[in-house]
Amino acid sequence: MAIVVKRPKLKWWEQLYLPAIFKGLGITLRHFIATVRGKKKVTMQYPEEKWNDHLPEHYRGAPALVTDEQDRERCVACQLCEFICPPRAITIKPEEIPNDDKWAKVEKRPKEFDIDMIRCIYCGLCEEVCPEQAIYLRKDYSITGTSRAEMVHDKKRLYEIGGKRVGLVNKWNELK
Amino acid sequence: MSDEGKPAVEMVDVQIDGEWHQFPKGTRMIEACRQVGKEVPHYCYHPKLTSPGNCRMCLVEMGMPPRPRPGEDPPEKDENGHLPISWIPRPVIACANTVAPNMGIRTDSDLTHACRQGVMELLLINHPLDCPICDQAGECRLQEFSVEHGNGGSRFREQKVKKPKNVDIGPRIRLDDERCIMCSRCIRFTDEVADDPVLGFTDRGSHTVLTVHPGQQLANNYSLNTVDICPVGALTSNDFRFQMRVWFLKEDKSICTSCGRGCNITIGSREDEVYRLTPRENNEVNSAWMCDHGRLNFHYLNSEMRLTDPLVRGAEGHETVAWGDAIQAAADALGRCEANEIALIASGRLTNEELFMARRLASVMKTEFVDIVPRSGEADDYLLAADRNPNTNGAKLVLGLDEPGQALKDIREGMAQGRIKALVVLQENLIDDAGFTAEELGKLDFILHTYPLANPTAETADVVLPGAAFSEKRGSMINLTGRLQRLNRATDGPGQTREVWEIVRDLIQALGGGNGIYLIEDVFKQMAGEIAEFEGLTLSKIGDLGVPLLETDEKIPLLERERERVAKGIIVG
Repeated sequence: MAIVVKRPKLKWWEQLYLPAIFKGLGITLRHFIATVRGKKKVTMQYPEEKWNDHLPEHYRGAPALVTDEQDRERCVACQLCEFICPPRAITIKPEEIPNDDKWAKVEKRPKEFDIDMIRCIYCGLCEEVCPEQAIYLRKDYSITGTSRAEMVHDKKRLYEIGGKRVGLVNKWNELK
Repeated sequence: MSDEGKPAVEMVDVQIDGEWHQFPKGTRMIEACRQVGKEVPHYCYHPKLTSPGNCRMCLVEMGMPPRPRPGEDPPEKDENGHLPISWIPRPVIACANTVAPNMGIRTDSDLTHACRQGVMELLLINHPLDCPICDQAGECRLQEFSVEHGNGGSRFREQKVKKPKNVDIGPRIRLDDERCIMCSRCIRFTDEVADDPVLGFTDRGSHTVLTVHPGQQLANNYSLNTVDICPVGALTSNDFRFQMRVWFLKEDKSICTSCGRGCNITIGSREDEVYRLTPRENNEVNSAWMCDHGRLNFHYLNSEMRLTDPLVRGAEGHETVAWGDAIQAAADALGRCEANEIALIASGRLTNEELFMARRLASVMKTEFVDIVPRSGEADDYLLAADRNPNTNGAKLVLGLDEPGQALKDIREGMAQGRIKALVVLQENLIDDAGFTAEELGKLDFILHTYPLANPTAETADVVLPGAAFSEKRGSMINLTGRLQRLNRATDGPGQTREVWEIVRDLIQALGGGNGIYLIEDVFKQMAGEIAEFEGLTLSKIGDLGVPLLETDEKIPLLERERERVAKGIIVG
């Protein structure tokens, strides 16, 4: 069904458009004066000046893996992030933790964990779906590389970006 | 129900969730509900095994007509001839009870739901919450029913019972006792079907654990079926363990090609890599089981040794060429041979369609030397057959062989005398599997060889073509009991792999003109026109469960015993 849009009926001085033009120019002039007097700053001098300190708390940057306070891998390679990832950026190869390992209780860990940062759309679904709180979107926003292969973050790189994150993880909880 | 077709089975009226249905007498309540689309959740019940009724998940509300007290009038029937139902205040298990005349079942009442919720809470008290690690996640009945009937949260504040984890109970199986919900399906399977009762419960009570008998192992050839029937992740397969999450697997219906039984299987693959084979129920072939031998015989599909491109022998060994050039090179060499100078060695692993094309090729090449390589092993008293070729019956029928392997002697003799100058070998490794020697093959003028893997015979061949393996092709095979069954393509072969019927079609075309075959359906159509047994059939008519085609006196030991147990009413079947 078509919607009939009613145009506003303009007064005669409004039909001249001049008052509106001068009003607009006035706003521009006000901003110009404020900038010239150094009262207002509109441009950030990127890349000399970085976003780092200005990013909001909820900013979603590069996804990365985190370890717990004892440097144990939090990820158990459940592959839920691989499943949920809309652009299929994540590829995981799981492996069994050998029995003689100190943390063999968990049985499973990722052997390979790749995130293709060309594909990643920074949606944060991987962080949301992770049952072990092992993957987080950090504040890194400038992901660059000189080849496609370089843009694929492997497990080592992901832990470098991710760092440590404290807090209880279910898999170590004796009650569970 | 297996009772179908038998004469004079008394039918009883049963009310399920307010609607009246008729079932043959002796039908289990759970099966009656399933038949009318009311799935009753269950763990321990399995139609192929006895019903101990120990999981209590299938509790339903039941009612029978009221019994009049002495002197009281019997209850009156309504206009449809049904008596009123007086409901029993306590629930009953649906798996081990059979239907009775005028019985009432409620699968959707408050009491039933409360029971299911209670059982779920009980089962989850000690169950570890390690679904992200557990291989069963995604096909776990406990997960599924927890979503449907669970509480969402746990009221349990005490320490969970610790039990052995990661226990090695057999060469192919790993046990996690904490995940076990004591349904005893695996115990019953090893006892009743596999006749290898090595499993049992010990430490009864809240510390009950599933254990293997001291000094014994769960090592029989059917052990991996326990992994399939385990409703939770207590038993996991060493082979599939942590390889792939089940929700990624694409499942295709096919048949196992490791022996002549032709067990119906599901191929689980992801991105052209096969991860597991699981049995698919077919009560005429393999019931619901398959042997470990067949189940694990697929790793070569993902092997590094796979041939990926057509190869033609040049001055410096084999060189990669385009398909057209390889076919042309083969056709040129074969075209120079006179009648009966070429021998065709096909394989019992080829589909009927591929064998039919081989037959065509033999007539185009004007050769009488056609045979397959017989392959045998030790049969067991269950499913595994002595004939390890999946399509011996097909080869006999399509190629007209009386005794497979008979002509191989003549071919070798002809090769030694120099009468046979060229060899076409389809999907067989003659040196390793048929006792041919490299010298023998080296004397020939020309060898055309198709095979999925690099092998010693390929070394001696002039043209080597990558032929598709069983998960990469469509077609039909005839098993030992004479049943025509269908293979479906689950994966694409690596590189430029082609199905053998395509290769042979192109070769025939290069040798002697077109044949109007573009699709596998065309091959089947022409085959049905030439071979009487296939008349009226198409690949799609074969269906997922196959059709009986030939009369053989082959018996399947496992099925015989199962039918006996069904007849006795021990199992549902």
